[in-house]
Amino acid sequence: MKVYLPRDAAALALGANDVAEALLSEARARGIDLTLVRNGSRGMIWLEPLLEIDTPEGRIGFGPVVPEDIAAILNAPKTHLKALGLVEALPWMARQTRLTFARCGVIDPLSLEDYEAHGGLSGLRRALAMDAASIVVEVTQSGLRGRGGAGFPTGIKWETVRGATADRKYIVCNADEGDSGTFADRMIMEGDPFTLIEGMIIAGLGVGATKGFVYLRSEYPDAIAVMNEAVVIARAAGLLGASVLGTGPAFDMEIRVGAGAYVCGEETSLLNSLEGKRGVVRAKPPLPALQGFMGKPTVVNNVISLATVPVIFEKGAAFYRDFGLGRSRGTIPLQIAGNVARGGLFETAFGLSLGEIVDDIAGGTRTGRPVKAVQVGGPLGAYFPRSKFDTPFGYEEFDGQGGLIGHAGVVVFDDSADMLSMARFAFEFCAVESCGKCTPCRIGAVRGVETVDRIARGDADAIPLLTDLCETMKDGSLCALGGFTPYPVMSALTHFPDDFATTRKAAE
Amino acid sequence: MPDTTYRALPPEEIRTRTEEVLAAHAHLEGALLPILHEIQLSFGFIPQAAVQPIAEGLNIGRAEVHGVITFYHDFRDAPAGRHVVKICRAEACQAQGANALADATLARLGLEWHGTTANGAVTIEPVYCLGLCACGPAAMVDGKVVGRVDTARMDAILAEAGA
Repeated sequence: MKVYLPRDAAALALGANDVAEALLSEARARGIDLTLVRNGSRGMIWLEPLLEIDTPEGRIGFGPVVPEDIAAILNAPKTHLKALGLVEALPWMARQTRLTFARCGVIDPLSLEDYEAHGGLSGLRRALAMDAASIVVEVTQSGLRGRGGAGFPTGIKWETVRGATADRKYIVCNADEGDSGTFADRMIMEGDPFTLIEGMIIAGLGVGATKGFVYLRSEYPDAIAVMNEAVVIARAAGLLGASVLGTGPAFDMEIRVGAGAYVCGEETSLLNSLEGKRGVVRAKPPLPALQGFMGKPTVVNNVISLATVPVIFEKGAAFYRDFGLGRSRGTIPLQIAGNVARGGLFETAFGLSLGEIVDDIAGGTRTGRPVKAVQVGGPLGAYFPRSKFDTPFGYEEFDGQGGLIGHAGVVVFDDSADMLSMARFAFEFCAVESCGKCTPCRIGAVRGVETVDRIARGDADAIPLLTDLCETMKDGSLCALGGFTPYPVMSALTHFPDDFATTRKAAE
Repeated sequence: MPDTTYRALPPEEIRTRTEEVLAAHAHLEGALLPILHEIQLSFGFIPQAAVQPIAEGLNIGRAEVHGVITFYHDFRDAPAGRHVVKICRAEACQAQGANALADATLARLGLEWHGTTANGAVTIEPVYCLGLCACGPAAMVDGKVVGRVDTARMDAILAEAGA
């Protein structure tokens, strides 16, 4: 009997290890020959821990499972109260276009055999037969843009590094996924680590880099463990080392652990941190593509950007580019979070409306109360009211509505949310995490908290001051931390004026 | 995390361990963060006595080492409690009741953020996102993740930690 139970941190946080223990002891007691695969998560977090049993018809699911369920599931799986039927046929799964996450939740994350049996390494093999310029052209033609938030075309970044002359070049993977509401990086690293490794190797081939780093945040101990193991396995299999798969040039990589600074998700601050310095933002230019890690040409890409590279090479640039909307090509792993009935990861072509995502896919709020606001793109993303629910999910489309898609986290709040408090929190967070290099961010964040407090006390004069402060931070900050904190603040003020006005009236 | 709260560390022990760590990381590019993580893993914090040897080993100033230690939230210059409970304060957890959970926890223990209970059992810290945004409020107890934490669950965690 073959069963699957995720080792994904969300599943662990909801008790997967206790379920695994119950499963193994029950199987021993019954003399069942049980193979337990600790897979990644399918992304249906509201069903975690999701147990899957392999059957001739396919994998059938049960969830959310507690240890007490195990005996009854083994007695009569098909009629159990928590039986979900074929996992692949569940609406959440069937409606997705899983390209980057095709293997996540399906395979044993640390089995290279499993990985290859599901299409892994075929992209790399194709890339190994191409010259560097053609590799970069393939990425450019796929239309892939940086999934970390900035949306910069990945191929153009690679071309800059490829064209630079240096004795050493680097591939740096930004796995400092600090944005609230995002967990796609964590899920792919825990559920399909080899796809990230393969993507980084292809990047190395494309730009002529032989060394890679994954800068992984310390808040993700489970992802760190899986990535470290995967690198060891990849090295032993000859995927990494002196010659990639025995035919290519050298490529090796290291997993480096961050130290709890949100700002290190900003690429120049990340590079400083990786070099062993304070994670202070660097002024650009010089671009990291020309003077990055240790002053050498460096590709800095988000986890999802790099993890999407293998499927682009496996299926071809045109295949990938044919999904999407406008200038947002391919698929995007939406991370649906906060107060939602169904939260998790949903990979789909760009173009779904925010309303479809929140009302239809997520099923509204978990509390059952009306949706008040949706923050898209992490703590630096704007709060969207219902009136903007027709906005299609795409880089330009969200920009046009005064927002950003960021790393595609969608955080839903019900009507108990107080938007003035959320605006205050945005400044508070900025003050805690500011690297201190530029004044608008370092001082502005603190003044912002004070100004919001004045509004809360009923001081109407503080509102234009807040607007003015946001203008200054937006225009004057060195990076997105100070520069984008005005997004949540101003969107809260603009779209939810009652939360700023009621308190004022109450005080008058 | 090792229990170092009530034991004064002999300076020679710190120096010896620091030199071991330095030697093990000497080949790395940008070795300071991995070194500091390893030192903290060894002692539960970064002892002042480790700063000088690290500076010498990497051929940088003590001020630079100090600057790096103080920049990052993870590094401590004093031991934490025997158990560290981190409660997520980020937006997705707030949407699921994290503020009420944090307020109740701090009030119950009579602590502010970063505070340690009088018996040295538990330190409560804020964390900004554990990537458990669809199953919040989230917490991390000595490096282990916990989701959908309500006050009852937190009470059980704190009781087990001896708070």
